[in-house]
Amino acid sequence: MLVYIIRRVLQAGLVIVVMSVLVYVGIFLVGSPVDILINPEMSESEMEAVTKALGLDRPIWEQYFIFVGNALKGDLGKSFVFGQSAIKLIVERIPATMELAIVSIIVSLVVGIPLGIWAGLKPESVSGRSIMAGSILGFSLPNFWVGLMLIMLFAVMAGWLPAAGRGRTEVVLGIDLSIVTLDGLKHILLPSITLALSKTALVVRLARAGVREVLPMDYIKFARAKGLSNRRVIFVHVLKNIMIPIVTVTGLELGSVVAFAVVTETVFAWPGMGKLLIDSIGNLDRPVVVAYLMLIVFLLVILNLVVDILYSVLDPRVRLQEQRA
Amino acid sequence: MTRSAAEPLGPARGRREDTPFRRFVSDFAESKLAVIGLFGFLVIAFLAIFAPFVTPQNPYDLAQLDIFDVRLPPGEVGRSTGITYWLGTDAQGRDMLSAIIYGIRVSLFVGAVSAVISLAIGAVVGLVAAYFGGRVDSVIMRVVDIQLSFPAILVALILLSVLGQGVDKVLIALVIVQWAYYARTARGSALVERNREYVEAATCLALGHRRIMFRHIMPNCMPPLIVIVTIQVADAIALEATLSFLGVGVPVTEPSLGLLISIGFDYLLSGKYWISVFPGVALALAIVSINLVGDQLRDILNPRLRK
Repeated sequence: MLVYIIRRVLQAGLVIVVMSVLVYVGIFLVGSPVDILINPEMSESEMEAVTKALGLDRPIWEQYFIFVGNALKGDLGKSFVFGQSAIKLIVERIPATMELAIVSIIVSLVVGIPLGIWAGLKPESVSGRSIMAGSILGFSLPNFWVGLMLIMLFAVMAGWLPAAGRGRTEVVLGIDLSIVTLDGLKHILLPSITLALSKTALVVRLARAGVREVLPMDYIKFARAKGLSNRRVIFVHVLKNIMIPIVTVTGLELGSVVAFAVVTETVFAWPGMGKLLIDSIGNLDRPVVVAYLMLIVFLLVILNLVVDILYSVLDPRVRLQEQRA
Repeated sequence: MTRSAAEPLGPARGRREDTPFRRFVSDFAESKLAVIGLFGFLVIAFLAIFAPFVTPQNPYDLAQLDIFDVRLPPGEVGRSTGITYWLGTDAQGRDMLSAIIYGIRVSLFVGAVSAVISLAIGAVVGLVAAYFGGRVDSVIMRVVDIQLSFPAILVALILLSVLGQGVDKVLIALVIVQWAYYARTARGSALVERNREYVEAATCLALGHRRIMFRHIMPNCMPPLIVIVTIQVADAIALEATLSFLGVGVPVTEPSLGLLISIGFDYLLSGKYWISVFPGVALALAIVSINLVGDQLRDILNPRLRK
C-alpha cells in the first residue's frame, strides 16, 4: 500500500516537472514579449535595458532554472502587463472562478440527479426518452454557444438578467462572493447554467444508468416486499447506491469544469482566472500564462492523485493489479 | 428501443438474404432521431462540399462585397449586388448565408481530417500496446492516462497559443488532444481480440507481427473505433469552434463557424443578433446531428447492449 502511494506521488511529481518544462519551453516560443512592451520611439539601449530587467537576455535553460528556483519559493515572475506578481494576480481571481465552478456543479447535481432517476425509472416513456435526447443536446452544444444564446434570450431580448460581470460582491469569511447578494445572484445565474449544462447531461446519464442497474437488485425487491413506500425505496435505497459513481465522477470533473470556466468567463466577462488567462494569451503576458498553467497542472495532478489513492484504499483490486504490472 | 419497431422493414426480410449490413441498417433505422441526425448531417455535408455552387456569393472574394450592405438585417436585398440576404449581412457586407456555408466547410474539414489522423495514430499505438503488452503497454498507457487527465480544451488552448493561428495548427492541436481516446479504445478491444483462437492460429502460421496486428486484429477492433470517430468528429468541431471563438483558432481570412460567431458576438448586445446567432444555429445543427448518429451507432455496435 505504502509502496503504491509512494510510486504514485513520484509519478505525479514527474508529471509536474515534465509539464513545467513543456509549458515553459512552449510559451518561450510564442515570441519575445519585449516587442509588445516597448514603444517604437525607444532607443536601442532602452530596449536592451527592458530585456535585461525581464531577464530575457539569458539562455533559455538558464531562464528555466531561475524560473523553477523561484517557483519553489512561490514566485512565478511578474506580469509584464500589470507589473504585479503573476501568482498574486491569479490567486486574487481564484475565488471568482471557484465560486462559478462550485455553483455550476451544484446546479448540475440538483438538476441532473432527479432527471436521471426519472429517466431510469421510466426508460420507455416519452418523458424518459426526451430527457435522454435532451442530454445529447447538453453534451453536444459547445459551452460558448450556450452562453451566447442565454445572453441573447435573457439579457438582450428579455432584459431580465445582466450579460457581463460579477455584480455586487460581499465579503464572507474573507472571500468575495457573488451568491450572497441579489445582484450577484442575478449575475452568476447565466454563467453557472452555461457551465453546468454539459455536466448536467453527464449526471443525468450516470443517474439513469445507475437506476437501471440498481432496480433489478435483490435488496430493492426486498425493500418493496417489506412494503416500503415507493418514495422511500427510490429516495433511500436507490439514491444511496447511485450516488457513489456520481460523486466520484463529479469530483474528477472539477478539473474540467475549471478548464471550461475559461470559455464561460470569456463569454460573460466574469473576472476569474480563466478570463485572465485568455487576456494574457492575447497580450503575450508570459509569466501569467505560465503561472496559470502551473497552477492548473498542479491542481489536476493533485486531484487525480487523491482520487487514485482513495480508489486503491477503497478497492484492493486496483493496487493488486498495479503491483503485478 | 423495441425490436418491433423494425418490423415495417419486414417485407425485405422474407425475400432478400439477411446480411449483416442489412441488419445494421435496420437496427440503425430503429431510432428516428438517429435517422433525422444522419439526414441533417448529409444535407450539411452536401452544402459544405458544393459550397461554391450553392451560395449566392463567394464570401472570401472582397470584390463581390458591397460596403453599403453592411450589417443588413435578414431578408434585405442588396442595392448593388441584387442578392437577397436571407440571413442578413455582417460587418463587411458579407452575405451571412454564404459565410455560414463556407464556415461549415472549414469546420467539417477540420473535424474530419483531425479525426482521421488521430484515428490512425491512436489505433496503431493502442494496437501496439495491446499486442506487445508488458513494459511497452504500461509506458504507453501511462502516457495516455496522463494525457487524458488534462482537459482537452486547456491543452488545445495552450498548444495554439504557442503555435499561433492557422488551420494546420488547429489540426495539430486537435490530433494531439484526441489521439489518446483512440489509443485507449483500440487497446481495450485489441486486448480482447488478442486472445482469440484466430490470432493463435495466425501466430502458429508464423505470420509476422505486423501482419497479425493490422490484417487480423485491427479489422475486428473497428466497430468501437467507428463509434469513437463519430463522437470525436463532433467534439473536434465543437473544440475548433470554441478555440476560434477565443481567438486562437483559424485565421480571419478563412472564418470557421466559431470565428463567425465570435465576430458577431460584438454586435449581439446591440441587438444585431443575426451575425452571431445564425452561424451558431448552423454549428449546433452540425454537432447535434453527428452526435445523434454517434449515439445510435454506439447502441448498435456495443455488444453489451445487444439483446
